[in-house]
Amino acid sequence: MEMKGKVIKYGDNVDTDVIIPARYLNTSDHKELASHCMEDLDKTFTSRVQTGDIMVAGWNFGCGSSREHAPIAIKASGISLVIAKSFARIFYRNAINIGLAIVESPEASDAIAEGNIINADLNNGVLHNETTGEDYQVEPFPAFIQTIIENGGLVESIKNGSIQ
Amino acid sequence: MGMTMTQKILAKHAGLSSVEAGQLILVNLDLVLGNDITSPVAIKAFQNMGKETVFDKEKVTMVMDHFAPNKDIKAAQQCMMCRDFCGNQEITNFYDVGQMGIEHALLPEKGLVVSGDAVIGADSHTCTYGALGAFSTGVGSTDMACGMAIGKAWFKVPSAIKFVLTGKLNKYISGKDVILHIIGKIGVDGALYKSMEFVGEGLASLSMADRLCMANMAIEAGAKNGIFAVDEITKAYVKEHSNREPVIYEADEDAVYEQVYEINLSEIKHTVSFPHLPENTHTVDEIDEIPIQQVVIGSCTNGRLQDLRVAAEIMQGKKVAKNVRCIVIPATQKIYLEAMEAGYLKTFIECGAVVSTPTCGPCLGGYMGILAEGERAVATTNRNFIGRMGHVDSEIYLASPEVAAASAITGKISAPEEVV
Repeated sequence: MEMKGKVIKYGDNVDTDVIIPARYLNTSDHKELASHCMEDLDKTFTSRVQTGDIMVAGWNFGCGSSREHAPIAIKASGISLVIAKSFARIFYRNAINIGLAIVESPEASDAIAEGNIINADLNNGVLHNETTGEDYQVEPFPAFIQTIIENGGLVESIKNGSIQ
Repeated sequence: MGMTMTQKILAKHAGLSSVEAGQLILVNLDLVLGNDITSPVAIKAFQNMGKETVFDKEKVTMVMDHFAPNKDIKAAQQCMMCRDFCGNQEITNFYDVGQMGIEHALLPEKGLVVSGDAVIGADSHTCTYGALGAFSTGVGSTDMACGMAIGKAWFKVPSAIKFVLTGKLNKYISGKDVILHIIGKIGVDGALYKSMEFVGEGLASLSMADRLCMANMAIEAGAKNGIFAVDEITKAYVKEHSNREPVIYEADEDAVYEQVYEINLSEIKHTVSFPHLPENTHTVDEIDEIPIQQVVIGSCTNGRLQDLRVAAEIMQGKKVAKNVRCIVIPATQKIYLEAMEAGYLKTFIECGAVVSTPTCGPCLGGYMGILAEGERAVATTNRNFIGRMGHVDSEIYLASPEVAAASAITGKISAPEEVV
């Protein structure tokens, strides 16, 4: 599983209320959720995000609510990967279950700057920073997680028989 | 190696004689919960899986509480989707307007959770039922869908932090002050992926309402679950509310804890979390004057009868400060009725507060008390994130019902001793 994109960077404790404010939870339409993604933290996000971009953040990313709308909004915005120092546990489960790639790396989170171009090879556990030339080693995904993300989430994986 | 209380419940529900931290296990569930926000996503996922019926129509429950009574057309559509699904599936425990309450106040009251259960809910505050000595945790909608389909969920067995409670709470200090104090001490990710286990002689001074409030906010320290040792208070509560037999688990004497904290309840003071994280705690005796425009007394954290009783006691015969809007939300219909019969609602209305039907409404900025730009609220809710209760430039101060009631009277963040 490989992805390449430009970095959009945030700080610690990015919570699910800023990822997708509850006032928009009267819908589960992916595009509509994406149109409000991050708006209480960064009003410029939806206008500047491009398909394939990589979100980088600090500790405890996705803390707060169990709303699956949060990883859905990020994925539907076009973000291909979230790198954080750590993830809140419900967000972590939800991201994998809906097929949003995420990876924990305090080192990469510190070293990567806004606008850097990152080339990620998650099967081998390497993040390459094309802007600075640095490499960061991360824990490769176990096979079943790779399968879930490659198939677009847990439901699709169960449906097409790749997870049984 | 010894197991924690949580590990014992998980082992039993996974059909294993023992488990250890870090192990991945498949757990049989006693209850799968969803609300009007998370269930529609789960229903779509369930249907997408090609499943025709839920694993057990007695063990799936949906509660229409977040944006119900319907706040707008889209919310109405979401509730209708849940209503239709539960009707078609003949789900016994579907709670709509008229029967519903805020889910985490409602389920223990209805006796749907008892000690020893394993429960998932597509709502982060599902950890509340740990107060009953159950393993209970929040998940997303996809996990809820899989839970509805097969009655199972996978978990990584958590390690644990033990909180040994000693002493006794002082007057007008409650469970909310204790849990805010703890979150202030360990931080919003201080228990990330872990269990918080509460034990000790101090339990004797904590009512079920105090314990439910404390377990409710375990997630605000990042925990997978919060859980209380079962004692006579728990047994009496379960017996009063449920026909099911509780199963009591105790941690082994040689159970391994990553950390152990001793909390002397006698030393806990009125504690408030400042914007915009629950860990930003201050005690009321050390803060400057902070004027407020709104007070919310309610939520899955503090909308129980005990919370309304103490708020009414503090507000009795006084008036809500000019320019302050005070919104009181009993968490369930039963609590609403009991508060009415006890005269608490009359007290609130005579004070100039409003009383709402049960709803999560303002806690998550849904409706029924949204803040304007620059406004401040004291709320007995559980999160004070940016924009959580309304405008992105509004502020939420989390507090106990005691502090919230006093603040409504004075118009600034205040201890109850200032008004009683």
